[in-house]
Amino acid sequence: MHALDFDYMLGLVPILLGYLPLTLEMAAAGMACALILACLLAVIRVTRLPGLNAFALLFISFFRGTPLLVQLFLFYYGLPQVLTFLVAINGITATILGLTLHFSAYMAESIRAAIVGIDRSQTEAALSIGMTRAQLMRRIVLPQATRVATPTLMNYFIDMIKSTSLAFTLGVTELMGATQKEAAGSFLYFEAFLVVAVIYWIVVEALSWVQKWLEQRLNRAYQR
Amino acid sequence: MIELKGIRKQFGSHVVFDDIDLHLERGEIIVIVGPSGTGKSTLLRCINFLETPDAGQLTIGDLSLDATSATREQILALRRRTAFVFQNYALFANKTALQNIAEGMIVVDGIAKREAYARAREILERIGLADKADAYPAALSGGQQQRVGIGRAMAANAEVILFDEPTSSLDPQWVEEVLGLMKQLAAEHQTMIVVTHEMQFAREVADRVVFMDQGRIIEQAPPAELFSHPKDERTQQFLRKILAANVV
Repeated sequence: MHALDFDYMLGLVPILLGYLPLTLEMAAAGMACALILACLLAVIRVTRLPGLNAFALLFISFFRGTPLLVQLFLFYYGLPQVLTFLVAINGITATILGLTLHFSAYMAESIRAAIVGIDRSQTEAALSIGMTRAQLMRRIVLPQATRVATPTLMNYFIDMIKSTSLAFTLGVTELMGATQKEAAGSFLYFEAFLVVAVIYWIVVEALSWVQKWLEQRLNRAYQR
Repeated sequence: MIELKGIRKQFGSHVVFDDIDLHLERGEIIVIVGPSGTGKSTLLRCINFLETPDAGQLTIGDLSLDATSATREQILALRRRTAFVFQNYALFANKTALQNIAEGMIVVDGIAKREAYARAREILERIGLADKADAYPAALSGGQQQRVGIGRAMAANAEVILFDEPTSSLDPQWVEEVLGLMKQLAAEHQTMIVVTHEMQFAREVADRVVFMDQGRIIEQAPPAELFSHPKDERTQQFLRKILAANVV
């Protein structure tokens, strides 16, 4: 056993922080794409769109039913062997793709539940004053569903940030990959992984604050 | 003028009512009474297609449609000629009192926001809630919420307002203010069809009381006549029961 090498740890912080932007970019891109896909899937599920509904069910089942790491390997190492035009796919793109598909499956179900959960009488009220289904969705249902789904979606975003660390298994030098390299050079594994753990932790804590603030803002209309 | 002819509604194999006819002149106020589960609310909901009738013809003003062949456009047009007040208020939870009233004018009638809000403020004034313009439904009492619900119906400028047991969910202390507002509308000759158990209201306000039982209109007459000289045995029985309950 040896004492912690604090100087090494302090020196590591700025080096690792240099890779934080890539981590956050992958998570942000994954989140943006996943949200769009999840909304589409949720609407398909709520309206039971013929044909597409079965596809949505299968999609959600597969991407919730298999580990993200397996999906990433499948896209990065597996698919290019079958679909040769995918040989050019790089690790970052494959990670964003994997995060998008994986998390959209979860998020679709939260969004669907939020839409279904809106009091049916408000739907009737909107129809009774002559709104179309589209107006009803846009003006009454979706704003309220957004509020209901936001806490859950933020949790998925936090989860997604942490999941970007899997990108290092595809050879991407992001936060985790950089740490791995630094540790391999110094043999100070404990120090290196402790530093990266704290960095992830601080990022997630900061997001939790944003989450709280957002929830309070969205709940303003519902306070007695 | 409003005309219902041969309206039928069934849920699965259960026929709620069959062959209902009803006629209203502009400015007329009718109150539908009768035992629970007799199809009063369902009939009301058929008039604006919240429930799709299985047969019959509906005429409201210059719009006539057949239940079995009504197009989406016709249903929309029908709903724009009617307004509905719900038992549980059904206010839009994400909108303030003012926005609840203005929403239809902005989205459905395409009135400019500024003007819609100005008109909504006038309505708030009339329903006595001018000071609650920016309050969300969650912050309003039951009585206030239902008055906003009525305000939203007033804003629709409909040929007829349909009231579905508007006071049944209210705590007793709020019933009077809601009935008071409805009386105010009646005095302005707003055409209304009201389903309610408030016999006193029916007696005071209705031009005609319609008694329904087991999916049929048993009899209809001006309140003075129906309440003092009910012709049918079922009407007599119902009135005895409900008046006895009111005394207690």
